[in-house]
Amino acid sequence: MLNQWFPNVSMEDMVTATNETLYMTLISVAGTFIIGLFLGLLLFLSGPGGLWQNKILNMITASVVNVFRAIPFIILILLLFPFTDFLVGTIRGPNAALPALIIGGAPFYARLVEIALKEVDKGVVEAAKSMGSKYSTIVFKVLLPESMPALISGITVTAIALIGYTAVAGAIGAGGLGDFAYFYGFQRSNWDVVFMCTILIIIIVFVFQFIGDLVTRKLDKR
Amino acid sequence: MITIKGLSKIFHTKDQDVRAVDDLSLEINKGEIYGVIGYSGAGKSTFIRLLNRLEDPTEGSIWVDDQNLTSMNKGKLRLARQEIGMIFQHFNLLWSRTVHDNIAFPLEIAGVPRAERQKRVNDLIELVGLKGRGGSYPSQLSGGQKQRVGIARALANNPKVLLCDEATSALDPETTDSILDLLVDINEKLGLTIVLITHEMHVIRKICHQVAVMEQGKIVEQGEVLDVFLHPQRQVTKKFVDQVMGDPEKETSMQVIKNNYEAGEIIRLHFVGESTNQALISEISRKFTVDVNILHGKITQTQKGAYGTMYVQFEGEQDEINRAIHYIQSTSVEVEVDPDA
Repeated sequence: MLNQWFPNVSMEDMVTATNETLYMTLISVAGTFIIGLFLGLLLFLSGPGGLWQNKILNMITASVVNVFRAIPFIILILLLFPFTDFLVGTIRGPNAALPALIIGGAPFYARLVEIALKEVDKGVVEAAKSMGSKYSTIVFKVLLPESMPALISGITVTAIALIGYTAVAGAIGAGGLGDFAYFYGFQRSNWDVVFMCTILIIIIVFVFQFIGDLVTRKLDKR
Repeated sequence: MITIKGLSKIFHTKDQDVRAVDDLSLEINKGEIYGVIGYSGAGKSTFIRLLNRLEDPTEGSIWVDDQNLTSMNKGKLRLARQEIGMIFQHFNLLWSRTVHDNIAFPLEIAGVPRAERQKRVNDLIELVGLKGRGGSYPSQLSGGQKQRVGIARALANNPKVLLCDEATSALDPETTDSILDLLVDINEKLGLTIVLITHEMHVIRKICHQVAVMEQGKIVEQGEVLDVFLHPQRQVTKKFVDQVMGDPEKETSMQVIKNNYEAGEIIRLHFVGESTNQALISEISRKFTVDVNILHGKITQTQKGAYGTMYVQFEGEQDEINRAIHYIQSTSVEVEVDPDA
């Protein structure tokens, strides 16, 4: 049946492309999570009323986040070519897509982290202060655990955006399902390949969303 | 225990400076339950937050146990705060932690080793009457139970002082009473000094030894709870006393009483912190040949005994009535014959 509906789809190529997409997504989600969390904390803590309130630091962080969020992803990849080349040694293949994916994803996630942290009950932070806790304790034992469900649902949204970015990165030869759909599907008019790639991407997105929802529900004891 | 001198806190807003706490001086003794009462906006919330420097004072000093809190740097203040427990109106528990882990939190902050933490938490859970609920999350508890967790958490590091920021204001009357009982229990068992702020006179009456009335950032009246009940000086204090006692002038029309009971003498008895003369009425009817008719009254219990006013009518021979009145005068119950009020 597969041969009848998708005559040009080779199982082997599909598995390779899917693996590449999953590889790019997982590594970039991990990188985005760490850098985004750091930037988000910096935004929140240096912001008005924050524990390390600091106008200048806040302005710098906010500017960096806003600038990188404003650049369209396809242009960001092009701008990062020299940086990528220096870092990875090549500008082609899944690894070459990672710097752009993380630099594109982290500022987006940073804003979601900031929103999540703002939702933490101020009274609880105050209670921790009244017990004599250090600021680092407040961050690691109050702010992060108390905002964990929002942090997880935020990284889920970001992960799905990143899956979309991997496909865009495919257009300049990063590999993965987007690359495959464009070069083997679209450019050779093999529409069945395009469809198959679409189906696989949708499945990946659904799986990510399902896992994200599950973890969020498990963590939320409110 | 706690000495406060010339304490002020000024908030700068766009159009004006607000003196939330205004040149306040106060002395709180060890083992006392000290209540501060005031309407919202009186500055009592700011006051209690100044006591552990959640708010930094603009002027003045706070001494806790010969330690000057106001001159401390951040590191020292953190250690000092571990000896000052605090509970809150909205409990402020971590929803992501179980009851057990919430109570363990201040111990983690103080760097208490794990095994010791375990033991201490179990003792505290028992102390506040939450045995068997250690594994529950705050969302699974009622308001009263949440405040019990809050109290256990505040007591974890064996503080010398417990600050209560409207601790019962979010609770229903029955739960309020059970939490107040717990506070008295802790005060007696551990000899803990408790400072509480509230807008409910009921709380003051039930558990406090000393009371201060706050208005516009200043303490306008203070003293033993009973004295303040008995001789409220300020209008605001009278209003608070009426919260508990009812306004006698509104509730009793002396005219109605006089019209209905023309014979004998109408007498007003004023109970002031009584614990020995509570059987006064039955004593009089036993000792003297007078009939005692209870007309109107309200007696309430404070930490220092019964307090309240009662209107009675004595019927019988005038001599006998006079002797009975004489007898009452020899007790600590205040008596007034034929009151006009």
